Amino acid sequence: MGTQNVPSPLEQIPSSIVQFAVADKLINIGRVNSLWPLTFGIACCAIEMMATGCARFDMSRFGAEVFRPSPRQADLMIVAGTVTKKMMPGIKVLYDQMPEPKWVMALGNCAISGGPFAFEGQYSIVLGADKFLPVDIYIPGCPPRPEALLEGILQLENKISGWNRWKDPEAKV
Amino acid sequence: MSLTILNVLAAVVAAIAFAALNAAYLVWAERRGAGRIQRRPGPNVNGPFGLLQPPCDGIKLMTKQLMIPGGADKALFMVAPVLTMIPAIASFVTIPFSNTIVAHSMNVGVLMVIGFASLGGMAILFAGWGSRNKYSVMASVRSVSQAISYEVPLFITALTVVLITGTLNLHEMASIQAGGFWNWNITPSLSSPLMPVSFLIFFICILAETNRAPFDLGEAESELVAGFHTEYGSMGFGLFFMAEYAHIVIGTSLITILFLGGWGCPFGLYPGVWWFLIKIYFLIFSFILIRWTFPRTTIYGLLNLSWKVLIPITLFNLLLTAGLLKVF
Ligand code: SF4
Repeated sequence: MGTQNVPSPLEQIPSSIVQFAVADKLINIGRVNSLWPLTFGIACCAIEMMATGCARFDMSRFGAEVFRPSPRQADLMIVAGTVTKKMMPGIKVLYDQMPEPKWVMALGNCAISGGPFAFEGQYSIVLGADKFLPVDIYIPGCPPRPEALLEGILQLENKISGWNRWKDPEAKV
Repeated sequence: MSLTILNVLAAVVAAIAFAALNAAYLVWAERRGAGRIQRRPGPNVNGPFGLLQPPCDGIKLMTKQLMIPGGADKALFMVAPVLTMIPAIASFVTIPFSNTIVAHSMNVGVLMVIGFASLGGMAILFAGWGSRNKYSVMASVRSVSQAISYEVPLFITALTVVLITGTLNLHEMASIQAGGFWNWNITPSLSSPLMPVSFLIFFICILAETNRAPFDLGEAESELVAGFHTEYGSMGFGLFFMAEYAHIVIGTSLITILFLGGWGCPFGLYPGVWWFLIKIYFLIFSFILIRWTFPRTTIYGLLNLSWKVLIPITLFNLLLTAGLLKVF
């Protein structure tokens, strides 16, 4: 997977006069270790999301298996699948109902750009979840493998806290 | 005078600490247990064996935005999570952990614990009504009808035990059963031949009272979003979560004291608080096992089980025990 150096939006927030560095770190570590996703899947990619929660891949190792049915208790919205124009308002409402801090993950080509449905004359599909949601992590694939979703969660953790769970095995010391 | 106040303070702090620690780490135990049952590791990368998972969840919940929905009844909405926590903490006052470790040994201990337990239903009703959400209201009505119908057999069974031991004081009740498992209330004796059945019914009732699967109809995700706490985010939800586990600890303590001899060893050796803890954690483990291996029942099945099966049996058992106690 190629990587891009997109600057983290957190770094652009001007630092306040009073510093709560240690507390901030602690809070961030807490947040990244319990990213509770919202229980919903829109299309085929959701099957891969379910597989990620099951025995072979097991998201629960990172404390992310608590799929909350209520948006009030969720931290992470995984847009898993094709967003149709009819579905879009519902998803937007769900996003608005989630309390801050919240993150969005676009899982699969459909949620990134419309995927196989982006063709001339299509009339029903929203071409990418980022047309109406602030997406934090894009996970390509049609569908992405569960490993990719796990990697996406780890990347999101890195994005939130700047903290790596494991050392990059490919990094030359 | 000041010593009494200090004692009370110490008891309160100890009760809250015990409840909170148990709640936090039972969640961990539950998630790990669920993982084992479903052939996956469960949370295991945060700290050794995933032991840092509960503090992380706690920090996350505490720093999440506090949200009160627009149409909600603010007072009820804010009071409900606190109200579920109060009975859970208050019941610890009269639970004897060993012969010496008890905050206040009351003569009406059984009554008090069961009375406070029914306050939990009130909190659920407040939560459902206060959040002005149709799913919450539905769920809380379900939960309350469930709580009411399971309190009846629960209390009749407790009454049977009270008849046998002749006391409402939890401390005395456990002391009477000292000496080994043949003295425990669960073993059938001449005057109480149906005690194992009573124990089973009491266990089922506690399971239903604490809203645990297979009786967790109050939070059936497939039909009611997240149940009565649909509108609660951040620590409001955290409190409901903690209260559930604190209620489990109270319920299993009650089972232990009423039926399993409290702090007594099965063979009469080294009675003490460790036996109490072994027993309650064994019971809690069986709760977790039941939760992850049985599917959820329906609301009709649940209410029928209580009114058509459990209550007749417990009433019969009460009459039988009363009669036999008169004879022998
Ligand atoms: S990206 Fe592919 S697998 Fe995923 S929802 Fe779209 S069509 Fe289905």
